[in-house]
Amino acid sequence: MEFLTPESWDEALTAKALSPDALPLAGGTDVMVELNLTARRPPLLLDLTRIPELTTWSLTDDGRIRLGAGVTYRQVIEELNDELPGLAMAARTVGSPQIRNRGTVGGNLGAASPAGDCHPPLLAVGAEVEVASVVGSRLIPIDEFFTGVKRNALSPEELIAAVIVPTARGPQQFSKIGTRNAMVIAVCSFAIALDAHHQTVGTGIGSAAPTPIRAHGAERMLTHALKSLWQRRGPLPEDLVQQFALNVATAAKPIDDVRGTAAYRQHALTVMARRTLTWAWDEYWSTGEAAA
Amino acid sequence: MRITCTVNGQTHQADDVWEGESLLYLLRERLGLPGSKNACEQGECGSCTVFMDDETVCACLVAAGQAEGREIRTIEGLSEGDRLHPIQQAFVETGAVQCGFCTPGLLIQVADLLRNNANPTDLEIREALAGNLCRCTGYEQIIEAVRLAAARIHPTGEFAR
Repeated sequence: MEFLTPESWDEALTAKALSPDALPLAGGTDVMVELNLTARRPPLLLDLTRIPELTTWSLTDDGRIRLGAGVTYRQVIEELNDELPGLAMAARTVGSPQIRNRGTVGGNLGAASPAGDCHPPLLAVGAEVEVASVVGSRLIPIDEFFTGVKRNALSPEELIAAVIVPTARGPQQFSKIGTRNAMVIAVCSFAIALDAHHQTVGTGIGSAAPTPIRAHGAERMLTHALKSLWQRRGPLPEDLVQQFALNVATAAKPIDDVRGTAAYRQHALTVMARRTLTWAWDEYWSTGEAAA
Repeated sequence: MRITCTVNGQTHQADDVWEGESLLYLLRERLGLPGSKNACEQGECGSCTVFMDDETVCACLVAAGQAEGREIRTIEGLSEGDRLHPIQQAFVETGAVQCGFCTPGLLIQVADLLRNNANPTDLEIREALAGNLCRCTGYEQIIEAVRLAAARIHPTGEFAR
């Protein structure tokens, strides 16, 4: 095994082009577990922690946040709570303080676990993943990024440079089921983002299908039903909330596994969808955003 | 490969380090610092918690190569000579140590908490220690130890300036 520590992005891309089998290493919260506990021995570990531009975020010309792939959960929580509230909420549920100091959003996308905590809030706001190789860079819509269990749309010579996330245009919520509050891999999770400007709704489901997914049907139904309600200050009709919850559960394709049964996940999704929609909508109308 | 890093203020060097090796293995097996404990090797238990460049990390999840040139502080660097650190003293007095295996990681994580929060609430203590498992004490004495240490380190509940 080799260990390479590039100090610039170009150097990292060149290394990946020369060794497409290289395993990128950032916070180590997934990669080191594999090295410690399994027989996986990649030919090259590509340590990306010394590339300055990966560890920062910036505002794009069109008002979105470009998060370098090496931005940690701790940075998201401490620096981006107002701009990316859904992602920050999800980041707060990751592991423990020690894990959040090291784990990165880019690493979460690279591992592409169906249970990754960043994925539902990124799906709910329509983020784009910026990937690069020596040939150039391209943007992959988050909907097309997850291609299978722990598989993503990267080609072997590409690395994740950043994820570009629209800033919040309304309340966002995230909910996650586990056996305790900390150190939990989601049994299932759900994110919702209300866009009060475009009057649309985004969703993301985690751990209830081979990949993280959106609940397209639920989004369409709710966006349509809300058309007459955005200007009205008041709670949502109970039957609309129930319909949304059922549509979310229908979108999922969960399995029975060690963390929970498919039936439990389906039920939990209806509960999380109902609660998160209610929290988000109540925040929307009660804080006066409805009048804006 | 050769790794050079600063541990508890001293420069250390190790040769023939395996490329897939963890910082925890480097500390325990090559640098003679077995205070950081090896238990789960997957970041679940917090027993190997150390400071790396001022942030607490699970040493089992840091590749040795990632520690190159970094500043590490382990439990061996917490006390001043034979005098216990106030957090260690508080753990002794409140009975927060039973088998002692989780204690080094807890002490480092508490040191990090009290550096940033002079007077943490019980909820903040529990949040800060959420990644440190103790299978003996039931945590009550540990939380009591943190309260005691906080009161002694920052008697007014605020940081000295």
